[in-house]
Amino acid sequence: MSTFETGHIFEAKDLSYDYPGNIPALRRVNFIIGAGELVALIGANGSGKSTLLSLLDGLIFPTDGELLAFGRQLSEKTLQDRTFVAEFRRKVGLVFQDPDVQLFSSTVWDEVTFGPLQLGIAKDEVVSRGKEVLELLNIAHLRERPPYLLSGGEKKKVSLASVLSLHPQVLLLDEPTTGLDPRSQGNLIDFLFQWADKGRSMVFSAQDLDIVEEIATRVVVLGAEHNILADGKPQEFLSDPDFLLRTNLVHEHSHRHRELVHRHPHLHEHQH
Amino acid sequence: MKGEGFLTRNISSFTHTLESIISTEDLCRTLGLLQGLDPRVKVGTFVLFIVMVGLARSLSILAIIFVLILALSFLSKVSLRFFLKRVLLFIPVFTAVIALPALFITPGSPLVTLVCKVIITEQGARTAGLLFLRVTDSLSFGVLLILTTPWTSILVALRWFRIPSLLVDILGMTYRYIFLLLHTTNSMFLARRSRTIGSFSSGENRRWLIRALTTTMVRSQHLSDEVYLAMLSRGYQGEIRVLNDFRIKRRDFMWAAFVLIAASALFWGNHL
Repeated sequence: MSTFETGHIFEAKDLSYDYPGNIPALRRVNFIIGAGELVALIGANGSGKSTLLSLLDGLIFPTDGELLAFGRQLSEKTLQDRTFVAEFRRKVGLVFQDPDVQLFSSTVWDEVTFGPLQLGIAKDEVVSRGKEVLELLNIAHLRERPPYLLSGGEKKKVSLASVLSLHPQVLLLDEPTTGLDPRSQGNLIDFLFQWADKGRSMVFSAQDLDIVEEIATRVVVLGAEHNILADGKPQEFLSDPDFLLRTNLVHEHSHRHRELVHRHPHLHEHQH
Repeated sequence: MKGEGFLTRNISSFTHTLESIISTEDLCRTLGLLQGLDPRVKVGTFVLFIVMVGLARSLSILAIIFVLILALSFLSKVSLRFFLKRVLLFIPVFTAVIALPALFITPGSPLVTLVCKVIITEQGARTAGLLFLRVTDSLSFGVLLILTTPWTSILVALRWFRIPSLLVDILGMTYRYIFLLLHTTNSMFLARRSRTIGSFSSGENRRWLIRALTTTMVRSQHLSDEVYLAMLSRGYQGEIRVLNDFRIKRRDFMWAAFVLIAASALFWGNHL
């Protein structure tokens, strides 16, 4: 029987987090994330996006307030329950921003089988999942390679594969397209779009508004005061240049074409 | 710039050398005698060989063992030049401290008289020779094991021999992250060089080196915290579980029998 109660995937109630030395990272944050939602966390550097993802993954715990996952509190105490932690880790996977942090095993194969093995999944199933994710991301040829010898794009794919082998219901991604060339960015966005299309949930942080526009069904904007400035549909914010400017998401020379999604490169020959 | 050039050159060459020594994945996959053995059998028999080397009291027996090592290297399709380069690289480090003094301080019948009445005795020469050959043989076995066995398989074999999990995990992580930290250190030296005009005194260089080492240590601490979180995120609960799909085959039994016979013969020869 599941240790999870039915309900929302995540629920934050007056959630605050301070780094040592009372340095604020998040202030009185409230939200509910339901099944099937594709949520983009956007905000200027240092607004608390990565911290929020770490909180949602149960890696750090609120200084104040409450965070529920699948109706059950996420705290140091509840995550000491081995049954609960195993089930939570099976359902929620986090792809870190820096692949060198995420890829700690000696080979790509060890990396993609690490998660399922730790969760006590049968070895035959682990092998089958490992092969499946390598095929899915077209990286089967990297199987025996050590992660430190891979390119940035390959590392990112292996990081994602290492989490997908858990078969998570919820995927958390910290700036998934950072450091990727345009082609790799496009491939990753396509892949995530397909993955999310199967009714699964995703929460990702992003500086790149293109990925937000392409994937997210909801946007949560974090402000410089580490609180939620806005929460709603992407179209509400991404088409509002004043809002984007006010929240440091664009600078003065950036602009968006209102309703059109441009997929072709273009040059500006006049001043805006 | 002389001091800095010396430091930079050494850090760079150390990084490059270490990478070339450990990055032998291709060699591990070559179809040779040792590559075809079960890693557990290989680790066990190589440890037995190294114990035999430690117990050997005769120069000729140690020389015979070295010939055996070269034969194993040949049968495992490891180029002799490639192999010797890797062994000889470490020998001066290990032998200079112990073997050289033994040459001069061991009492006995004079063999050679050098300048300033410095005498090398027969016993001194024999002791230094024994130390040199013991180090050479032991290192050769270690290098041959690493060259013909994937690192992950060595770690799994060590676990099978009930080596504490913490120790094996630390070895695995060290292997994984040593390159990253070496590259970081290397980049720090290059970044300093790119902003430097003129020269520094050796005192300034020393102070800078200490600061650079401190920064690297702090970074490695931060990295280890992050890696730990990444492991937790994928279900790590205190002990790493790994796939072990090794199978002991007929050739493993034959190899083990050969090693036991060879070890017995060497043991017998040792007591003649």
